[in-house]
Amino acid sequence: MSNLVSQKVNMIFKSLKGETVHALKDITFTLKKGELLTVLGPSGCGKTTLLNIAAGFLRPTSGSITLGNNEINGPGVERGMVFQQGALFEWLTVNENVNFGLRMKKEDPIKTAKKVEEWLDIVGLKGFGNTPTYQLSGGMQQRVALARCLINDPDLILMDEPLGALDALTREKMQSLVLKIWKETGKTIILITHSVEEALLLGERVYVMAPRPGRIHKEYKLPFASRGLKEDLREIKNDKEFVSKREEILTMIWDMEEEIMGKEI
Amino acid sequence: MITGFITFFTIFAVVGAILYGRKLIKTEKTDAVFGNPERAKGGMHWVVVGSSFLLLSWLYYSWDIAKSFYPKSANELCQVAKVNESLLSLKYLFPIVERQHKSTAIIKRENINIEDKIILIQNDPNLKDQDKKIFVNILRDTKLMIPSLTDERYLEDDTKNIINELTIRLNHLIENFPKDSYPNLTEEEENEINEGLKKQLGWGATGMEVPPLPESKRGLKFHAAAAELNSISDEFFEMRNHNPEYLRQSEAIFGEIKEYMDGLGDGRELDYIKDIKKLVRRIEYASIFPPKTLDELENAIRAFDKVQNNEQGNLRTIDIILFPAGTIVASGPQCSEAGPGRWLPKPSDTFRIFGEMLKPSVGYKMIPMLWYEMMGVNRIVGFILPDWIADIMPGKYPVHNQDGTVDPNFKSRMLDIVTGEFEAFKIPVPTGHIWDSFLRVFLGLSLGIIFGVPLGLFMGLNRFAKGFFDPMVELYRPVPPLAWAPLIITVFGIDNVGKVFLLFMVSFSIMIISARAGASGTQLSKIHAAHSLGASRWQIIREVIFPNSLPEILTGIRVAVGMCWGTLVAAEFLAGTTGIGFVENVARKYMQYEVIWITIFVMGMLGLLFDLTIRKIIDKTIPWRGKG
Repeated sequence: MSNLVSQKVNMIFKSLKGETVHALKDITFTLKKGELLTVLGPSGCGKTTLLNIAAGFLRPTSGSITLGNNEINGPGVERGMVFQQGALFEWLTVNENVNFGLRMKKEDPIKTAKKVEEWLDIVGLKGFGNTPTYQLSGGMQQRVALARCLINDPDLILMDEPLGALDALTREKMQSLVLKIWKETGKTIILITHSVEEALLLGERVYVMAPRPGRIHKEYKLPFASRGLKEDLREIKNDKEFVSKREEILTMIWDMEEEIMGKEI
Repeated sequence: MITGFITFFTIFAVVGAILYGRKLIKTEKTDAVFGNPERAKGGMHWVVVGSSFLLLSWLYYSWDIAKSFYPKSANELCQVAKVNESLLSLKYLFPIVERQHKSTAIIKRENINIEDKIILIQNDPNLKDQDKKIFVNILRDTKLMIPSLTDERYLEDDTKNIINELTIRLNHLIENFPKDSYPNLTEEEENEINEGLKKQLGWGATGMEVPPLPESKRGLKFHAAAAELNSISDEFFEMRNHNPEYLRQSEAIFGEIKEYMDGLGDGRELDYIKDIKKLVRRIEYASIFPPKTLDELENAIRAFDKVQNNEQGNLRTIDIILFPAGTIVASGPQCSEAGPGRWLPKPSDTFRIFGEMLKPSVGYKMIPMLWYEMMGVNRIVGFILPDWIADIMPGKYPVHNQDGTVDPNFKSRMLDIVTGEFEAFKIPVPTGHIWDSFLRVFLGLSLGIIFGVPLGLFMGLNRFAKGFFDPMVELYRPVPPLAWAPLIITVFGIDNVGKVFLLFMVSFSIMIISARAGASGTQLSKIHAAHSLGASRWQIIREVIFPNSLPEILTGIRVAVGMCWGTLVAAEFLAGTTGIGFVENVARKYMQYEVIWITIFVMGMLGLLFDLTIRKIIDKTIPWRGKG
């Protein structure tokens, strides 16, 4: 089974002046295949660092993360990444962006074209294949980024605030899309977000992280994501249980923020 | 003719465009407020006005409008200038240009001078009283000479006759000058002028600014009158009012001086004696006449001035209106253009000479501006292929036989090919000054891009490369390219190699800097994305970092083109035998203003062409710029 196992991951940044920042401390968790984990937390709690380590862009100071039986040691195709700003290659068209990974692997162009079409259909961009990406709206760009990542058939999808820069309406649509993809592909997904509502809606499991040192503060197992597959997202949002959970987490984060501010003063 | 047509056309264009502009304002929305950048959009009609304005200014200030509408005017004005010049020396005698008669002024001045000298002598403590007395006496006598000149009683009949005769000659001139028949030239004189006219070149860029010989009837009149006036004034200034009374006094003064000098005995001349002699001579050479003697001559001169002014007719108006910021009359009998007419070539001349220079058979300094020559493909092949290709072929070069022949073998045939010694068809190859300049810029720039972009990208991504190459680039880059030119031209020669290398240096540093900026400006998330999509290092450089740096690189190319172009022209100025800069430098030596301006225009146009091309390329290749 290709579970994601994090064992005592520590990340300590050292600046040139000699100051050290303990970005992550003893992060240990196991994510089973097909689970959707959302990570929440105030700024500076190490969410993105954790994601970068999982992606292989950073090497932890100590501890290790393994996917399946392989220790993560550098970026790889089996871990797809979706960024906040899309990070699309704006000099390429939608098609060229989506088939980028397959082109790099020098796969058969005809098969690739077929796959690209399928994926564009899934993310709802049918017919936009030849559009230059800089002409797309923010939501459409994120759809391209999703398709670009998924076409490589990764085991794990890492999303770094993928919906952060979108307007409320687009965001809601994209949330449904993420859930739909999760359900249809059964991929393991780690999604980092600033929005408590989003974390609750999408996360089968939710980690609330705390800063200084960055650590997992609290873990939730929630039913909303599975419900979101069938029900309307807006109805879930008005659910009493949802509202109370949201308030609880918000208060928790507020307290953490206040603690930081107090420390700084 | 064409100039005239263009002048009218541009004026109509200006008027039309302004009217169109007024109409447009009336129909525009009234809610447009000041400061709205939308208001600067469009406005082609103002472009028409702007360019027409430039063209009209050029036509006007180069005196091309005058040349077009009054082609004879410059020549005629030149003749007028001759008359003015001749008349001027006579006019100066009388209160026409001056405030008083010249005689009056001289008498006043010399009286003061003599009195000053007397006071100076009397107050000189180093002078013996006896000497003082003698000097003052001589000076008093000198002063008394003046009345002998101004007293009408002493005036000789001969002098009176000459003055009368000159007055009569002037009056004749006054009478005859306006007549159509004037001047009554003899056949011989007429032939002489006609011969001269045949050799005379036209007004403009013909090596002569304004033709000096009269080309028209009116001009001939002034030309002849100027000659007559010259003769009159020559005769007048030869004449001296040295009557017997004056001569007696003058002799007496010199006698006194001699006596004093003999008394000293040592042949030394005191400074005071020198000064006194100077004063006496000044009075001797001044044209001092009794007060009323020259009245008739004065009247005649005034009358002639009036007559010649009348005869000038519309020439005066043309001179004032169509010869701005300088006149031909002011240049006197030299007949040259003054003011902008001198250094601002006429558009008509400029375009004519440009047309001439464009002819491949004429060109400039035996080299066409832009043409083609037929070149055998063998020469090109021989130039491109290095000779060592033949050397590494198997076998040996043939040795001559006993009967004195050489059998070619495979190796020698290869040598013939790589050295271009074979028969081949010919293809046209561009040549000429413009092409040479263009090619140098193109080669220098291309080399700069080929070497600079990869190195710049490398430096943007690699600490070692940045640190290692930075000192080299940063040490030579801030030096103005022209400061390198003397060294590089000395080392690499005045031909293409030196210049291309200089331009390579210019573009190389610019390309390095822009490619480096482009590479280091790549968003990390893009590189992360490419990594997690499975791209290798080389693929990331080629597929992500390079296209991401393209906007910077293309901007760098645009800057480099401008820099290269400027440097090239200056380098060609320094040394070389072809190229636009070379043409300008030679034209500068020979004061060929038209050619100088042509080179300026050609450079401007080529620079603009370069820039427009690159702008087009930028728009086509990086439409995403600023939208990422």
